[in-house]
Amino acid sequence: MGMHSITVTVNGEKEYLEVPSHMTLLQMLREKLAITGPKNGCSAGECGACTVLLDGEPVNSCMVLAVEVDGHEVVTVEGLAKEGQLTPLQQAFIEHNAVQCGFCTPGMLISAEALLKRNPHPTEEEIKEALVGNLCRCTGYIRIIRAVQTAAEKGGA
Amino acid sequence: MAEFSSVGKNVPRVDVFEKVTGSAIYADDRQFGAGLYYGRLVRSPYAHALIKKIDVSKALEVPGVKAVVTGKDFPGRIGLYLVDRPIFAADRVRYVGDPVAGVVAVSEEIAEEAARLVEVEYEELPAVFDPLEAIKPDAPLLHPDLGSYKVAPFIHPVPGTNISEHFKLRRGDVESAWSQCAAIVEEEFRLPQIQHVPIETHVAVAIWEPSGEVTLWTSSQSPFAQRDLIAQSLGIPHGNLRVISPYVGGGFGGKAGVSIEVYAVAMARAVMGHPVKLRMTREEEFVGTTVRQSLVAHVKVGCDADGNLLAMEVSYYFGGGAYNDYGVNIARAAGYSCTGPYYIPNVKGDSYCVYTNQPIGSAMRGFGMPEIHWGLEQAMDQLAEKIGMDPVEFRRRNCVKTGQIIATGMTMPNVDLVACIDKVAKAVNWGKKEPPSAPHKKRGKGLAIMWKAPAMPPNPGSSAIVRFNEDATVNVEIGAQELGQGAFTVAAQIAAEALGVPYDWVRVSAPIDTKYSPYEWQTVASRITWSMGNAVKAAAEDAKRQILELVAEHWDEDPEDLDIKDGKVISYKSERELSLKGLVVYGLPNEDFEGWKGGPIVGRGKFMPTYVTSLDPETGQGTRAVVHYTVGAQAVDLEVDTETGQVEIIKIASAYDVGKAINPDLVLTQIEGGAVHGMSSTFEALKFDEKGRPLNPSFVDYRIATAADIPKEIHGDIVETPLEDGPWGARGIGEHVMVQTAPAIANAIYNAIGVRFNELPLSAEKIFMAMREKEE
Repeated sequence: MGMHSITVTVNGEKEYLEVPSHMTLLQMLREKLAITGPKNGCSAGECGACTVLLDGEPVNSCMVLAVEVDGHEVVTVEGLAKEGQLTPLQQAFIEHNAVQCGFCTPGMLISAEALLKRNPHPTEEEIKEALVGNLCRCTGYIRIIRAVQTAAEKGGA
Repeated sequence: MAEFSSVGKNVPRVDVFEKVTGSAIYADDRQFGAGLYYGRLVRSPYAHALIKKIDVSKALEVPGVKAVVTGKDFPGRIGLYLVDRPIFAADRVRYVGDPVAGVVAVSEEIAEEAARLVEVEYEELPAVFDPLEAIKPDAPLLHPDLGSYKVAPFIHPVPGTNISEHFKLRRGDVESAWSQCAAIVEEEFRLPQIQHVPIETHVAVAIWEPSGEVTLWTSSQSPFAQRDLIAQSLGIPHGNLRVISPYVGGGFGGKAGVSIEVYAVAMARAVMGHPVKLRMTREEEFVGTTVRQSLVAHVKVGCDADGNLLAMEVSYYFGGGAYNDYGVNIARAAGYSCTGPYYIPNVKGDSYCVYTNQPIGSAMRGFGMPEIHWGLEQAMDQLAEKIGMDPVEFRRRNCVKTGQIIATGMTMPNVDLVACIDKVAKAVNWGKKEPPSAPHKKRGKGLAIMWKAPAMPPNPGSSAIVRFNEDATVNVEIGAQELGQGAFTVAAQIAAEALGVPYDWVRVSAPIDTKYSPYEWQTVASRITWSMGNAVKAAAEDAKRQILELVAEHWDEDPEDLDIKDGKVISYKSERELSLKGLVVYGLPNEDFEGWKGGPIVGRGKFMPTYVTSLDPETGQGTRAVVHYTVGAQAVDLEVDTETGQVEIIKIASAYDVGKAINPDLVLTQIEGGAVHGMSSTFEALKFDEKGRPLNPSFVDYRIATAADIPKEIHGDIVETPLEDGPWGARGIGEHVMVQTAPAIANAIYNAIGVRFNELPLSAEKIFMAMREKEE
């Protein structure tokens, strides 16, 4: 089992890590760094609960190897709020009660964040399309979609 | 009643800041450090087989493997209502996935590799998958020892058969009533096993200390029931078993009772002093935890020419899977509620739970009610059509009403189902034919109604403690779990209201920990707002009484003249006021500081229903079968694409009588989420090959609704007819919200294209083929 030394910026902090070849980015975040916002829902890139930003793009962190992020930048749900100041998206999720069990929420917020960054004024259809890879069993999605719309109206992610 | 300060308000959830910032802790998130081991289950590849021999020697040789445990190490069985499930299968496996051994290793990968090296010799037996086949006299018997299993007094297994529960309901004279009927509908309805599909799979971590103390961290709806059942089955004194349950990432009944948690504890015993983590893969979650039972329902129902229901005869055969330790009570619930939400003078009902060589059937949102309503609510539409009556009018006329003697002999508690029907009918412009959005589409509307009682033993208890901090902020201690439904928020609102303090002064003590949290039976049955709510209210009132007595003594007034408003004690008589800050911990000084009085305020409260009676085993008759019912209605407006068979839902409108909405917006989030869950379930099915091997245990092959699939509009209405013994009249709502969605959709599809579907799941292909067949 080969080990690799990598340097990766996670939520603005530079981290120097030793990771085995087969370790996923999700495992690295959760087990090496104790960053547990990204969740493991399927280990197969199908549920979106582990979504993080990799150089600004949303990825399923269970489908990325830790060695691949050497020299790159990762942002998880923990990296959205700065000094306790919630983002407009996080505020909108609270305002609309878009959260129930909360297990899909970290991935939802990241996918929505990425959407609003590339498309600040998405249509309802575009929001649904952007979130189609993030499964939620509690909310019926309707509040989540409304929350993204509200955040967009208030000027982006 | 004075104005409310917290109850009835749309206050923000107490758990929401943690959940949007990623700091909310779930069972898999806790860090255990380098001493953590990982468990992996060895599961049966056969649906039904005898175990001849298990050889673990090769697995034990793998570097990093710490232990392998089998049924030999754990001879006991476990179960809530029927103790029928071995901890590990020792002599016989009963479904593909039945655990036969557990491997403990230093990593998940090593545990998985070693699990493949456990050699099990099986002798395959004939298997049975359909409940109707399984009740035949010559069917392979899954549990030859059924007669020796420990069973709750209200469950009636039939030893020597695969029937783990038979509930009988007899009222009036069905046979002579048929001749008075102007119309009769008789149909068979079927639905397959489906899964809860929480986004968080089951996770349990256990440590067995050399001292004999055991701690289990688990994603659970039932920390106290797990303590009780695991303690009994593994011979651990209750006081030595501590269950800690942080936030649950979706439950829907799948995390009720005990499923995989007992394996984590069993494996931990083999490696004392080391925590062992057992986390279900998504594949295991689908078929190796629990599922909703399958059902075959025979429904016969008749009415007179004016549309009055006269008679019903139903037989429900639940495919309960390999172990029915929890499922037997689903069949019982379906038995005593077998009529659905209707008043019918003559009823013959038989409800069976039947062993099949399939995954373990257990509680899922609705607990038998979505299953039986699938047929009932289509049959009612068919009957209304036969006598030429509008389905809404038919239901208004026949639906159950307060004060009626329902089929079990119980008097129906306060509900207003007619109001629910009227609200949803209005929401979809019932009776108004509206055009489809394109020429190749057909539009239809359908409606269905429901009822559901909390299905549980007669005496499930709740308890609560209310404690103050120095600044008069409050800690509410409960044993009810936060699954996303808002239990913690409701607890905080009820405590704030009953104490007279602002909502944002209240904290809920979490995680739930059986060592420190007060007892709660289980977070199931939509019983928490009602039962826990009563306990929290009682605890808050106990604390308030202590405070008022203290201040009354201090002021030399009568406690009856005092109250607490907005965190201050006030006197209606002398108009004095005093902040709670300080006094709730330090008490108050006597005049000139000649001593002190009072001290830290701790309020305690409990609630347990005391009035549920037993039912006659031959007739199902008794004074009070259940604590109460929640009722509701749903209407669906949809289009069917005649070129593809695709169903597009324009609107789902729901209305439920919740007694009193403690937090109306949270009620609406249940209604909306449940409507989509119900819609999704209409198209879901676990599939198996002819050997009982699962074919679709992944998100790719078992599709649940995504953001792109939801109805264009989801509408919710709240009806408030106070429940006699609910906190401010409140009753539960978490499960009811998907009970009648599938038949409402089916009724709307019939309205659109004139085709009935008696079997779930629906699919575009099935609908398309049925339309083509109809044309031919």
